[in-house]
Amino acid sequence: MKEGYFGVYGGRFVPETLVPALDELDEAYKTYFKDKAFLDELDILRKYYIGRPTPLYYAKRFSESLGGAKVYLKREDIAHTGAHKINNAVGQALLAKAMGKKRLIAETGAGQHGVATATAAALLGLECDVYMGTLDMKRQSLNVFRMKLLGARVVAVDTGAQILKDAINEALRDWTTNVKTTHYVLGTAFGPHPYPSLVRELQSVIGIEAKAQILDMEGRLPNYLIACVGGGSNAIGLFHPFLDDLDSRVNMIGVEAGGLGIEPERHAARFAGGSIGVFQGCKSYLLQDEDGNVLNTHSVSAGLDYSSVGPEHSYLHDIGKVSYTYVTDDEALRAFDELALKEGIIPALESAHAVAHAIKLAPTLASTQLIVVNLSGRGDKDVQHVANIKGVHF
Amino acid sequence: MYAKTRISAAFDDLINKKAKAFIPYIMAGDPDLDKTAELVLTLEDCGADIIELGVPFSDPLADGPTIQRAAERALAKGVTLKKVLTLVSGLRKKTNIPIVLMTYYNPVFKYGGGEFIKDATECGVDGIIVPDLLPDEEETFITNCKTYALDTIFLLAPTSTTKRVQLAAIKSTGFIYYVSITGITGANIILESSIAQMVNTIRETSQKPVAVGFGIKTPAEARQVARIADGVIVGSSIVKAINDSSLDELKTYIRALTEAIKTAPDG
Repeated sequence: MKEGYFGVYGGRFVPETLVPALDELDEAYKTYFKDKAFLDELDILRKYYIGRPTPLYYAKRFSESLGGAKVYLKREDIAHTGAHKINNAVGQALLAKAMGKKRLIAETGAGQHGVATATAAALLGLECDVYMGTLDMKRQSLNVFRMKLLGARVVAVDTGAQILKDAINEALRDWTTNVKTTHYVLGTAFGPHPYPSLVRELQSVIGIEAKAQILDMEGRLPNYLIACVGGGSNAIGLFHPFLDDLDSRVNMIGVEAGGLGIEPERHAARFAGGSIGVFQGCKSYLLQDEDGNVLNTHSVSAGLDYSSVGPEHSYLHDIGKVSYTYVTDDEALRAFDELALKEGIIPALESAHAVAHAIKLAPTLASTQLIVVNLSGRGDKDVQHVANIKGVHF
Repeated sequence: MYAKTRISAAFDDLINKKAKAFIPYIMAGDPDLDKTAELVLTLEDCGADIIELGVPFSDPLADGPTIQRAAERALAKGVTLKKVLTLVSGLRKKTNIPIVLMTYYNPVFKYGGGEFIKDATECGVDGIIVPDLLPDEEETFITNCKTYALDTIFLLAPTSTTKRVQLAAIKSTGFIYYVSITGITGANIILESSIAQMVNTIRETSQKPVAVGFGIKTPAEARQVARIADGVIVGSSIVKAINDSSLDELKTYIRALTEAIKTAPDG
């Protein structure tokens, strides 16, 4: 397989200007991830700053209410800043510093990756600019303020639909202009090589921990892994350490945003409604019209509201290693409530998609079966949004 | 060897005359396709040597605000790659000027690489510039372009290493496009000696003509660039003039650019 490809997916589809920066990043990735001093520093930050390992928690009341498989939650919601995004942001910021870059840029949709990058920049003393669509800024005003508190500049993007994909275009334009001094902290396992591999590497800590934890608690591997898939970094982070042949008994399910149903521009289920395309740096499944223009998406969850998906997921989809499904906005909102009521855990709306699929799956399975759900983030950021949906206005 | 393409013939002719190529860019379908057809002929009348025709795309990540907005207007009019090919086919009854499409890769990929090459060459397209297609990707597509004599014009940038220059030089046909700045279309050009140095580096590696673009707006800037390169590409400021100025003002501006490029002394 050509380097940077997962089957026919991946590659580098970017302006020539960025190629040396991608080569430099690839080189640094290969060098520093073998460097003991770098890895020790990353380990220390993971343990004492991010708060790893995050617990694997048996959700007893939730499982019993479903009446079937035992459901475990991988508690990424407990990580510093409230989501798995920090695993990637801290790792890339450390790499940027090692490469001598003084400035970080990032895109953000829901604001979680922006907050994580602003946090890592503050931690390491780097400048930080975060690109965010103006529509998302209105939907997530709390996170905009959090980023500013952390010393980042939030740059409003008012082109296109004013959402995540437009923020990525603008971040890429910034990077093309300031490539010599700036590192682009891409927030998911997407984009041009080496990002899909680099982000997976940084997020695989989720699956490595979960595997050891479930073996410790149950003495065996789980039967199912479930994770939501926007760009797909929390999912690939959980799945990847289980992908080798010996673990082929582990069923892996990626859950996309079904939004209002599978009709154009009403969802973000790329495998249900997309086809192969080239977008924002790589070849992957893409929601597009017949002329190759990229379609807008809809999801109640800003973090899943994206037209394409990480290229490794497209590969895993095609070879049948991972199955992909979707849940609708309504199903995700019901799961959001259900987990809060049964476990006292308010999940992020993104993670609520994975929970919603567990609600469907668990009752169909024997009580001896084990499900691990990646609870990729906490729902504090979504409380106001959900209140508005329920007709409560503050 | 392949038959000489219109682009190579145009450059050969200019080089014989010791003249430089003027390559204006316009967005197909901005303000509409009929106007685009007229504009191509107007540009030719006012001295253009090669026309660069933009294909609108929803997410033009190498373009600045001027061309982004032009693409949005064209898309709102329902302009597609297919319609742009039909436009070129119609133009071929009236003009023999070399036409290069500037398109992002996804519309071509979705069209089907092989189908696109066949239809584009049949319609009279001479070459393509794809800002998000690197010369080391999509080998089959790039090879097929060569087989069907559709010129593939790759870009080089101030950040390009010697290895990248060599690669682009090998893979480019027609000419090589040097992006004068690290940045996006429509940004401000900084006329400094590094542009000449990089153009010379490319020339040491390749016999192919080198055209320079990105950020060139005024006749004075065009003249400066014409001194060091084989061709001058002007995009955003023409797109802007099409929208903001009268046809007479546009013609005056284009003629001034032509004059500046054609009378620039060498070196």
